Amino acid sequence: MTTTVTAGRAAGDRDGAFADAVRDDASLRRFLHGLPGVDHVGVERRAAMLATRSIKKESKLQALDMAISMIDLTTLEGADTPGKVRSLAAQARRPDPDHPDVPPVAAVCVYPDLAGVAAEALKGSGVAVAAVATAFPSGRSSRAVKLADTRLAVESGATEIDMVLDRGAFLTGRYGAVYDEIVAVKQVCGGAHLKVILETGELGGYDAVRRASWLALLAGADVIKTSTGKVSPAATPPVVQVMLQAVRDWYRATGERRGVKAAGGIRTAKDAIRHLVAVNEVAGPEWLTPQLFRFGASSLLGDLLRQRRTQIDGHYTDRDHIGGA
Amino acid sequence: MAWEYAPAPESASIAALKPAYRPFIDGEFVDGGGEPLKTLNPATEEVLAEVGTADAADVDRAVAAARRAYEQVWGPMPGAERAKYLFRIARVVAERARELAVLETLDNGKPIRESRDVDIPTASAHLFHHAGWADKLGYAGLGPDPRPLGVVGAVIPWNFPLLMAAWKIGPALACGNTVVLKPAETTPLTALVLAEIAAEAGLPPGVLNVLPGAGDVGAAVVGHDGLDKVAFTGSTEVGKQIQRRLAGTGCRLTLELGGKAANIVYDDAPLDQAVDGVVDGIFFNQGHVCCAGSRLLVQESIEQEFMELLRARIETLRVGDPLDKNTDVGAINSRPQLDRIVDLAAAGDAEGAQRWTSSCPLPERGLFFPPTVFTGVEQTMRVAREEIFGPVLSVLTFRTPHEAVAKANNTPYGLSAGIWTEKGSKALWTAQRVRAGVVWSNTFNRFDPTAPFGGYRESGFGREGGRIGLEAYLDA
Repeated sequence: MTTTVTAGRAAGDRDGAFADAVRDDASLRRFLHGLPGVDHVGVERRAAMLATRSIKKESKLQALDMAISMIDLTTLEGADTPGKVRSLAAQARRPDPDHPDVPPVAAVCVYPDLAGVAAEALKGSGVAVAAVATAFPSGRSSRAVKLADTRLAVESGATEIDMVLDRGAFLTGRYGAVYDEIVAVKQVCGGAHLKVILETGELGGYDAVRRASWLALLAGADVIKTSTGKVSPAATPPVVQVMLQAVRDWYRATGERRGVKAAGGIRTAKDAIRHLVAVNEVAGPEWLTPQLFRFGASSLLGDLLRQRRTQIDGHYTDRDHIGGA
Repeated sequence: MAWEYAPAPESASIAALKPAYRPFIDGEFVDGGGEPLKTLNPATEEVLAEVGTADAADVDRAVAAARRAYEQVWGPMPGAERAKYLFRIARVVAERARELAVLETLDNGKPIRESRDVDIPTASAHLFHHAGWADKLGYAGLGPDPRPLGVVGAVIPWNFPLLMAAWKIGPALACGNTVVLKPAETTPLTALVLAEIAAEAGLPPGVLNVLPGAGDVGAAVVGHDGLDKVAFTGSTEVGKQIQRRLAGTGCRLTLELGGKAANIVYDDAPLDQAVDGVVDGIFFNQGHVCCAGSRLLVQESIEQEFMELLRARIETLRVGDPLDKNTDVGAINSRPQLDRIVDLAAAGDAEGAQRWTSSCPLPERGLFFPPTVFTGVEQTMRVAREEIFGPVLSVLTFRTPHEAVAKANNTPYGLSAGIWTEKGSKALWTAQRVRAGVVWSNTFNRFDPTAPFGGYRESGFGREGGRIGLEAYLDA
C-alpha cells in the first residue's frame, strides 16, 4: 500500500519527514490520494458510540477544568471593540473569580487589528494571544495580502495565528499551491504557533478532511483546526475524530505530536466532554493538554463554569451569578 | 494527561428483579414440575433468582395449550387482529426497555451499553416489523393466501436472550402460529418478562408458552410429537441431534447454529473503520455471537500497520462491571463457557500461535476473560477451526483475493463474513465467492429486522427476518 506511514528521515523536522511526498505537485497529489479512505458509516458509528460515555463525579470535574484550560476564548465580530476584547481578556485570566482555582483559558482569539489590545490586556497572564489571519474567514485574497495580514497580527503581539486553508485551491486539486501558502504563512509566523483552519464544512466529506489534515501537517501546521465558526456544520464529532486520527498517525510516523482545535458549534459542557472522550480514546491521553487540544468557542466557557459550580455546590447557578464577557 | 472515567453504574434496581420466576403455560404463570434452577449474575457469580422449570408433563400441557389456541383462536384470527396484539407487545417492550436492558445485563453479563443500545431496541424493532406483516402475508410473494404451520417449538441460546426470543416469536405469531419457547438455562429471565408483557397485552392463553429449564427440557420440546415446526438457535452439535430426531417426521425445521466467520481486510480498506469493525466483530457481546468475526484475514501488505492500530484500539476497550455504562466488554456468561475459552486459548498456545492480551485490568471476582488476539495462526490450528465463542481473535494473512476467499471458505461453517475494501467491485467479487449466509461490507454485526439472517453448511439453514424469513413460518 502506497499510503503506509513510515518514519521520516528526521523525526520532528517538517522538511525531513515525508520529504518525498512534498517533492513536487505530482508527488503531493499521489500521497494525498493514496491515504486510506474514511468510511462515513463507520466513523459516524464510532462517534455515536463515544458519545455514550458517561462521565460523572471526579472525572467530570477534571474534564470541566481541562476543557476550560483548552479554550481559545473567541470574539470574531465586525462589531468588536477594544472594550469587548479587554472584557474577554479579563474573563480569560480569571474565568470565575468566586472560584480562584478555576484555571485560566488557553488563549484569547481576535481579529489582527485587535491583537495588540489583547496582548496588552493579557500581559504576564500566561494566556496566549491568538489572531485569525490570511483573509479570514474566506481566505479569498492575494498571497501578499494574506502574508501582510499575518505580519500585522504577529507584530501586534499574537503568539498564535489561525490561518484559513485556501479551499478554492484545495477543491480544484491545486494542493501544491495550498502547501506553499501554508509554508509561506508559517515563515511569517516566526515563533508564533500556526493553526490551519480546514473549514471542514466546505470540504464535502471525510476523505477530503483527511487529505486536508495531512496537507496542513506536511506544510508545518502546529495545529489543525476544524472551522472558522462562520460555516455550518463545523466541529462535528466524526470530523474531529478523522483529524485526531491524522495527528495520531503523524505521531506514529514522526514521533512528533501536533495538535487539533475543534471550533464552531461547541456550546455546552456536554459537547466539550464528548470531544475530550474522543481525544482520550482516538488520539490518546497524551493529547489531553492545552498544547495539543483546543476548543474555539465564545459561549462554551459560561456553560463549563456553571456545570463546574453544579458539581461543587450541588445545584445549578443562574447565568447572571457568573460574570460573562 | 491521564483521565480515568469514574464508575458510572446503572442501578440494578431498575431490573425489578423478583426472587422467583415460574414457567408460563396457557396464559398463566404456574409451578413447573421440574427441579427449580438458580440463575446467576456472571459478573459476581451470585444468585439472581430461583426459576421454576418444566418437566415432561409441562411440555405436554404447553403443547396442548398451544394446539388449542392455534386451532380455536390464533390460527383463524384475521391478520389485522393478530397485528394489534403484536404491536402492543412491541410497544411495551420499547416502553420497558430500561428495565429489560438492566435485567438482561444482570442475567447474561453483557455490558449495559449493548443491552440498552442493541439487544432491547433490536428486539422491539423485530416485533414491530413482524406485527406489520401480519395482515400483509398475501403480499409477501409466497402465494396469495399462505397458511400458518401450527405449533412452533422454539429453543434459543443465552447470548441474546430477549432478542432471540423476539426473532422466533415475532414471525411465528405474525404468521398465525402458536409458540412453545424454551429459553436458555443460564438466561431465562427476560423471556419470562416477555411472557408477562404478552399476558398484559391480552394475548390469548396458549398462544405463547415459555418453559425454562436445561437441555433436557429443550430436548423434550423439540422432540414432542405435537409440533409442526421447530426453530432452534444454538450449537451445531445440538442442531445435528435435532435434525436426526426430526428426520422423516414431517415437522419443519430451521437451524441457526455456530460459525467461524472471516473478516477479510484488503489493503485498500478504510483502515480506521476496518479496525473498529474487527473490534466490533469479535469483542461485541464478549464474542458470544454465532456470527462473530472470529477470524481476521488481513492482506500481508498491511499486516504490520493494521495489527499495530488494532492492538492500540483493543487497549482502549474497557473490561469490567457490565452495569457500568462505560464498559465495552462484560462478563463471560457461565463457568463452563469460560473454561471452554480458556482451554481453546491454551490450544492456541500449544499449537504455536502467538497470544497477545489487552492490558486492561479485570475485576477481581466474576467470570471475565480479557480481549485476546492470536497471530501467526494457520488454517490447521484449532483456534482457526473451532468456534471459541469468546473474546478471542485469530489472525491469518493472505496475499491475493483468491487466497482470501479460499481461506475464508476453508471451514465447515457458513454463517457470516465481513469484507473491507473501498473498491466496490472487489467487495462484490468477494461477496459472490464467500460461502456465508450474511456478508457485511465495510461494517460488521449489524442486525435489522428487514434483512434476512441465517447460514448454510454447519451453520444451519432457514432465514430469520425480512420477507424471506416469513417463509420459515408459513405453509406456502
